[in-house]
Amino acid sequence: MIETKIRAMKWRYFRQHAFFGIVRLSALIIAAALGGLLFYIIVNGIGAISWDFITKPPTDSMTKGGIMPAIVGTIYLTVGAIAIGLPLGVVSAIYLTEYARQGRIIRIIKIGINCLAGVPSVVFGLFGLGFFVVFLKFGSSILAGSLTLGFLIMPTIIGAAEEALKAVPQTFREASLALGVSKWQTTLRIVLPAALPGILTGSILGIGRAAGETAPIMFTAAAYFTTKLPGSLFDEVMALPYHIYVLATAGTNIEQTRPLQYGTVLVLVALVLGIDLIAIVIRSYMRKQKRW
Amino acid sequence: MTRRIKENIIKYVLFLFALVSVLVLALIVFSLFREGLPIFQKVSLRDFLLGMEWYPTSEPPLFGIFPLIVGSFIVTFFSTLIAVPLGVLSAIYIAEIAPGSIKEILKSLIELLAGIPSVVLGFFGMIVVAPWLQETFDLPTGLNIINASVILAIMAIPTISSISEDALYAVSREFKEASYALGATKFETITRVIMPSALSGISTAVILGMSRAIGETMVVLMVAGGAAAIPESLFDSVRPMPASIAAEMGEAPYRGLHYQALFATGIVLFVLTLIFNLIADYVSHKFRQSGSATL
Repeated sequence: MIETKIRAMKWRYFRQHAFFGIVRLSALIIAAALGGLLFYIIVNGIGAISWDFITKPPTDSMTKGGIMPAIVGTIYLTVGAIAIGLPLGVVSAIYLTEYARQGRIIRIIKIGINCLAGVPSVVFGLFGLGFFVVFLKFGSSILAGSLTLGFLIMPTIIGAAEEALKAVPQTFREASLALGVSKWQTTLRIVLPAALPGILTGSILGIGRAAGETAPIMFTAAAYFTTKLPGSLFDEVMALPYHIYVLATAGTNIEQTRPLQYGTVLVLVALVLGIDLIAIVIRSYMRKQKRW
Repeated sequence: MTRRIKENIIKYVLFLFALVSVLVLALIVFSLFREGLPIFQKVSLRDFLLGMEWYPTSEPPLFGIFPLIVGSFIVTFFSTLIAVPLGVLSAIYIAEIAPGSIKEILKSLIELLAGIPSVVLGFFGMIVVAPWLQETFDLPTGLNIINASVILAIMAIPTISSISEDALYAVSREFKEASYALGATKFETITRVIMPSALSGISTAVILGMSRAIGETMVVLMVAGGAAAIPESLFDSVRPMPASIAAEMGEAPYRGLHYQALFATGIVLFVLTLIFNLIADYVSHKFRQSGSATL
């Protein structure tokens, strides 16, 4: 009798060990996939990186030279996307967390945000083409690309900002309101400053996405090849993600330009993951320093 | 009095800003329909959706996107098959099992994985996975369903993992404690108590992961091979809808039939992901998690 009970117990713990093993393994697979990918990119890309690669434009129909115009273009597009997505996203989040009462309209807005977050990047590209490039006649330009990317990252920023605003203790607001401060001033002077670090780190993850997206800028901003740097918001630009795609699939000599491709991939990954990593480090530091 | 008026004005201005998301969604619909609907004057909806031949540049052109829809669903299905176990199990590991330091590191790793640009993953699939598949299985091409599914799975894992993790955290502590108090092992508690309570959240995670996979463009553009035909095996190439749009839009003459057909494909893709997202939203609201902590 006791023996069967012990056996049953052993079996239960054996199942637990087996399950934990599988769970650990799946976590390990994911970590290994990321590690392997980064290792491969760094090992193959590091050889192509030089000062000239980063500061010179491509030459010999993009088979030699650097990627400077693509780096500059990506920075322009990303800054443009932030300029549009960040204010819109933060203000939306302020309304949703500080002002809105639960109700049907809020529900519709939230569903709208969720659906917007799920719109495929290539559909954003079509939207940018159909609306900004064609309907508003911006042409393929930094402006059209930035607007498209800005709206693409807006849901991410709203999510991050909502979370950061909700994390501000209710007592902060109550103390301020009790002193006779108006709701708007409380939001602006008390709640927003307290939430700002959280909003920024959360948003940075969205910003990394803007820098790395390809499909939304293919028809709205990206040029196959230009040597001159953009002079106005209505110019086309080269961009790192699109440059990788072009070199790897449609370049004049795909095999020969392989080192350039690896180098460009490394620069893009370093840029995007560098941005993300900064956000992650600051956030974990902030969590430890938390004052409330 | 003036202060109240001012506060009210601020409130309505903020409300207008909050409407921007809905407005953008409406503008997306407007632009897609404006550029895409004219195709249906030439091709019937039935022929467009169920037509078996996609020869947009032949004479006369044929615009049947059925093979593209099939391609999209196949790669989505297989990537989900790979990503769901890995995503959900890693979420269980993070939320229930891993010690503090490993947990933080793993969460950061998954966030970084989510941050890797899709074009980079597509590039990796093209020049590492494809040649390997081609040599190992002696195939005519390594750019096929298997390759695209694996790479798409890598993209979908962070979505599935992080949303599942939130759902697991939301299971109230009383449930777990009650289960332990009854003598259940940790494994039994996880599978019989925590998982069922978190099921709606995990389902949401899976649906959103699928939505991510079906809409992902660069990976299928670079890795799926691009054959607009119904595949017969997992080693065949396919041409999912996003790949077709991205590859052909550059060459399609402005406001020509081909251009309109690509926008119409965009409508189909948009509607599909919209359905996925609405289902996810419905599931997470209808089947709210029970217990003191709700998702």
